[in-house]
Amino acid sequence: MSEQTPTRAASPSQTFVERRSFLASAGGATLSAGAVMLLAGGGLAGTSGRALAGSAESDAKILNAALGAELEAVAAYQVGAESGLLQKPVLDLAVQFQGHHKEHADLLASTVTTLGGTAVEPKADYGFPLDQLSTQADVLRFAAGLEKGAVSAYLGAVPLFGDRALAKAAASILGDEAMHWAVLRQALGENPVPSAFVT
Amino acid sequence: MTTEDGKPRSRGGASPMSGRLSLRFAAALVGLVALALPAGGSRGARAGDDNTTLGARVYERCAACHSLHRNRTGPKHCGLIGRTAGALPGFDYSAALAASTLVWSAATLDRFLADPLGSMPGTTMGYDGVKDQEERAALIAYLVKVNRPGGTCD
Repeated sequence: MSEQTPTRAASPSQTFVERRSFLASAGGATLSAGAVMLLAGGGLAGTSGRALAGSAESDAKILNAALGAELEAVAAYQVGAESGLLQKPVLDLAVQFQGHHKEHADLLASTVTTLGGTAVEPKADYGFPLDQLSTQADVLRFAAGLEKGAVSAYLGAVPLFGDRALAKAAASILGDEAMHWAVLRQALGENPVPSAFVT
Repeated sequence: MTTEDGKPRSRGGASPMSGRLSLRFAAALVGLVALALPAGGSRGARAGDDNTTLGARVYERCAACHSLHRNRTGPKHCGLIGRTAGALPGFDYSAALAASTLVWSAATLDRFLADPLGSMPGTTMGYDGVKDQEERAALIAYLVKVNRPGGTCD
């Protein structure tokens, strides 16, 4: 995850309780109840929030980078779905996975905002290598690469969060995207779970 | 090593043909050697080994944000070696990277990739790093290889 910048500094006085309230009232309108509970900290023992504004700012940067990647994944699945190359039931899976990425993106954007950052917006053009996508397998392999990269990115982000509730939420997203990766590998005729650990 | 503009970076005003190698030229040679070999003296990274197959696999971890040929959440990696950090035109870097004078080489990549946030506070590369020295050396060897003349980036 890399190099895009939230532009507003976090409020030093912002507390975890305030974030929970915000998410429940504002972001929650577009999120599943489970997602809100997950990121807003409902019932998460030991999540005492954060005292340092620097941690909030750092967390927002990490989440914003993740948001950028999620938005790209949404766009990539859109390209795949509209390509005419995907046949059912693979097409249905792609649309379902895109929906997951949209949920991730909504949640991440809400949280970045709550932490005092400015959520990144989708790019007008991601420059996907369309000339390399001429079969269903090409699309699946491209999507699998993105999903695998996302798993690694979240894995590399989890230890960095100042707020452990955010680390838990990131791990939850990681699990979802690891399932996407496995299903895509299965669809490609590859070993869906090639190793005991993800890296 | 050159800048993005292709201008000599390490030699400065020294002349390698002057009969006596200046310290700066010697430093440039060290840098070239560092680019040619995997960094870190790690296990399994002996001279002559082609660890770029492992490096290509490690690079797959970067695929959420980076690619060789296009800017994504992170900047593209073609042209990385010898490039000044934060200096790729058209990419929106963090203030930390934009202000950096670091030049990417095997040695600087080794330090950065081991601990991105620790070595470059303020970077938005929210990634814990490639902690395994062998994997890191292989990743760097891969990035050096693809950026060589005739490599994937050429």
